[in-house]
Amino acid sequence: MPEHTFRLNGEQVTVEVADDVRLLWVLRDILGVTGPKYGCGINVCKACTSHLNGRAVNPCAIPVKDLEPTDEVTTIEGLPATVGAELHPMQQAWLDQDVAQCGYCQPGQIMAAVALVRRVAEEDREITEADLDGIRNVCRCGTYFRIREAIRAGAEKM
Amino acid sequence: MFVLIFPGANDGSPGPDLPSWDVGSVHSVGRRRFLGYVLAGPTLVAAAELGAAPEAEAAVPSPDVTELVDLNDVLTAAALPTADLITVEVHPDGTVSFALPRAEVGQGITTSTAMLIAEELDVPLERVRVTLADARPELLFNQLTGASNTTVSTYVPIRVAAAVARGRLLRAAAIELGAAVTDLTLKAGVVTDLAGRSIGIGALAEKAAGLRTERVSVELKPREDFSVIGTPRGRIDALAAVTGRKKFTMDLDIPDARPTMVCRPPTINGTIGSVSNLDEVRAMPGVTDAVVISTGVAVRAETFGQCIDAVRALRVAWRAGTAEGQSDESVLEDLRAAELPLGLPPLTPSVEGKFTFHFRGNSALEPNCATADVRSDRAEIWASLKSPIVAQQTIAAKLGLPAHAVTVHVTEGGGSFGRKLFFDAALEAAEVSQKIRKPVKLMWHRADDCRQGRTHPMATSRVRVSYLGDTVLGYQQRHTSVATDFGHGLGEVFSALAARLPVGDIGFSETFFQLSQSMPYDFGAGIRLLSETNKGFNTGSMRNVYSPDAACARELVVDQVAARMGKDPFRFRRDFLRDERARAVLEKVAEAGEWGRTMPEGTAQGIAFHSEYHSVSAALVELDCRPETVDRPIRDGVAGPRVTKAVFAVDVGLAVNPRGLEAQMMGCVMDGIALALTSSLHLRDGHFLEASWDNYFYTRQWNTPPELRIIVMPTTTGEPGGAGELGVAASMAAVACAYGRATGTMPTRFPINHGTLSFTPKPTVPPVPPSPTDGLDHAH
Repeated sequence: MPEHTFRLNGEQVTVEVADDVRLLWVLRDILGVTGPKYGCGINVCKACTSHLNGRAVNPCAIPVKDLEPTDEVTTIEGLPATVGAELHPMQQAWLDQDVAQCGYCQPGQIMAAVALVRRVAEEDREITEADLDGIRNVCRCGTYFRIREAIRAGAEKM
Repeated sequence: MFVLIFPGANDGSPGPDLPSWDVGSVHSVGRRRFLGYVLAGPTLVAAAELGAAPEAEAAVPSPDVTELVDLNDVLTAAALPTADLITVEVHPDGTVSFALPRAEVGQGITTSTAMLIAEELDVPLERVRVTLADARPELLFNQLTGASNTTVSTYVPIRVAAAVARGRLLRAAAIELGAAVTDLTLKAGVVTDLAGRSIGIGALAEKAAGLRTERVSVELKPREDFSVIGTPRGRIDALAAVTGRKKFTMDLDIPDARPTMVCRPPTINGTIGSVSNLDEVRAMPGVTDAVVISTGVAVRAETFGQCIDAVRALRVAWRAGTAEGQSDESVLEDLRAAELPLGLPPLTPSVEGKFTFHFRGNSALEPNCATADVRSDRAEIWASLKSPIVAQQTIAAKLGLPAHAVTVHVTEGGGSFGRKLFFDAALEAAEVSQKIRKPVKLMWHRADDCRQGRTHPMATSRVRVSYLGDTVLGYQQRHTSVATDFGHGLGEVFSALAARLPVGDIGFSETFFQLSQSMPYDFGAGIRLLSETNKGFNTGSMRNVYSPDAACARELVVDQVAARMGKDPFRFRRDFLRDERARAVLEKVAEAGEWGRTMPEGTAQGIAFHSEYHSVSAALVELDCRPETVDRPIRDGVAGPRVTKAVFAVDVGLAVNPRGLEAQMMGCVMDGIALALTSSLHLRDGHFLEASWDNYFYTRQWNTPPELRIIVMPTTTGEPGGAGELGVAASMAAVACAYGRATGTMPTRFPINHGTLSFTPKPTVPPVPPSPTDGLDHAH
């Protein structure tokens, strides 16, 4: 069985698993990291959104063999450590706005929101309605409006 | 008069639950007393009967059966013969725990339940821990989460149990502090006497424990003293949700329960003929088992990714299903044939409308899933279940085990919308685990969930309103629907009570229809009837059963009648609404939403009303139907008309948690937008074409109103009404009405974009799409 090694939430991890198993299942079924959720398995619903070297990616569409040993995978579990705090400002904004309903999509929503705010900051501009409209993460409870409010509030603190 | 059994350890001080200054004297006026229990145990366990008898109400003759008794009354009344208890437990660490016999699927009932306990027991909210109870067959009908009934049916019993605990804690504190109970105050989990000495409830938990089970009488805190109930609170599980620590069924670590998926037929409920390569698939990387079951071929592997590969590799010969060859058009024919006549044409002017509502999927984001560990003599199931008792009984029957040998754990659910009233995945997981003699963690692929999962049935609704001058003379509605499956236990509730309902000897679906459909307008005589046809589909409710469609049809025709009479849609509704609370919410949205303001051509406002579950709601939306908006480019999605603003007012009588209610109404608005504009399933040749969230167009961010305001009305009745599903109907109807006003054409088919197939259907063999490999190319 091939070995694959990469960095996960600040630590080097090594797994023995077939090359083509997607990162989502390596995280969930082998490493027991269950923050990223399955909602479609075809990179549509975005419930598994995590970060790879700081960019939003969907682990359901990444064969584990595509990862380099130095690649840094960050899931919702590792997000607070990226700012050295108990909670990332975006998580705090989520709490302040009481965004979550069932909560299933929320780790993916938060990871997508953080990546969006970083991208907008790199482009040296403010978040627009079009940016918010462009978020593809599905929330079947329909808490989209509070997500928009929380992203704006979280961006202020990032 | 209640018979009181007094606590044994009487300290001589007159506690609040002692009768000497109570029965028939000081507190007999204006206060209701309730019976609760102290149970024997090592720590304080206070209890109450779930489904305490509601106070008798005078039956006032009314044209609307829902005013006499509505669905919630039936569900609440159903609990009367049930004598089992719910318990509030106080622990030595100062926390209070409660196992809620309902399913939390996002609606916020663990939070509102914790609020009830915190209020009555005077402990900080964060010290109340609410978990979900395992299936408790002794609760009979009273462990069913549906019809927005949870708070309605548990509001009194949970508070009674908490009040019993409070009384016992005060009595124990009186002994400890050597003070009279009347000189003690319990606040924030601490009892303090007049001298300022205090003791925490944790230190009292064991001292207050019952030596034997006793029945006690308590008074509930009067509403004017509430400091928790009715105040906006964040969800108690919010931190777990935003940190990824909240555990859903597939997140649980059950020893040796390996990922399992099922290769399913290409048509609805197709059956298996033969499999030609089982051994080959068993030898695939990671695969541990492959076995034929009643719904397809189950594969178990080290990872779900390997399950997907195995499902795709299986070569299966399938047989016909239960909807073979059927399509949207053929089902529409079935419905036409089943439609009941509207009656003789009226002699006065009238308005008629006929509306079609296509199949819709009630999938949650968390797909159908369950973990099962079946042994020769027992079984253990983990799943988010809204009808766990029926699930337990059905699974036991399937496995050939006695019901008591099947333990059913109710887990936190990732959404439901009606889906989790059924236990399709739990039944399958049990079957697979029994066949391969190993624990399984079974999950449906999204494509399975779309194509073989539950749907809201296709329906038509015909409405006729006859009028003369400014008077509406009659209202007729005939709702015709593909049969809705009620085989999840709600049916048993109704069957058991059928004789007690004031609706005569009618079938269950018709009973449900009559009980859930209100007629809020003073529209004279009228009959509303349901007829059902075609049982070939896997159906269920979807954040309500009939109301969104039936109300949408009604409200569209109301707009037409108003136009005929030359009246404004808002004023017409206000003038004909019979109830003061109803007029108040309608006026509220009209005012807050600036009803009647000038709008550009191609855009319009829509307004609608709906009442149900002793609650009232109104929606006002602004819709942009201009071509540049409708045709704006959206990759792999539907743009369509945009709701640019929504204002929603709701009066549930008493909102336990206004912030949670606001969240529920937001979700209802999003559902209403989806039902009116974008979301449906297309039936072709015996199967649904949709297989992805980019095929089934539930509301996405690009469809979300940038302006949204939810107005929770001040307390009116003082009793909580239903809320979970309430807001969908008015929202859907308001969007439909706005579409009619913006385009000048009343819409008659829903969702309005159903006629345009906005995606390329995925193959049905293999039944699930391949896992993508290009994830790195899409980093952003």
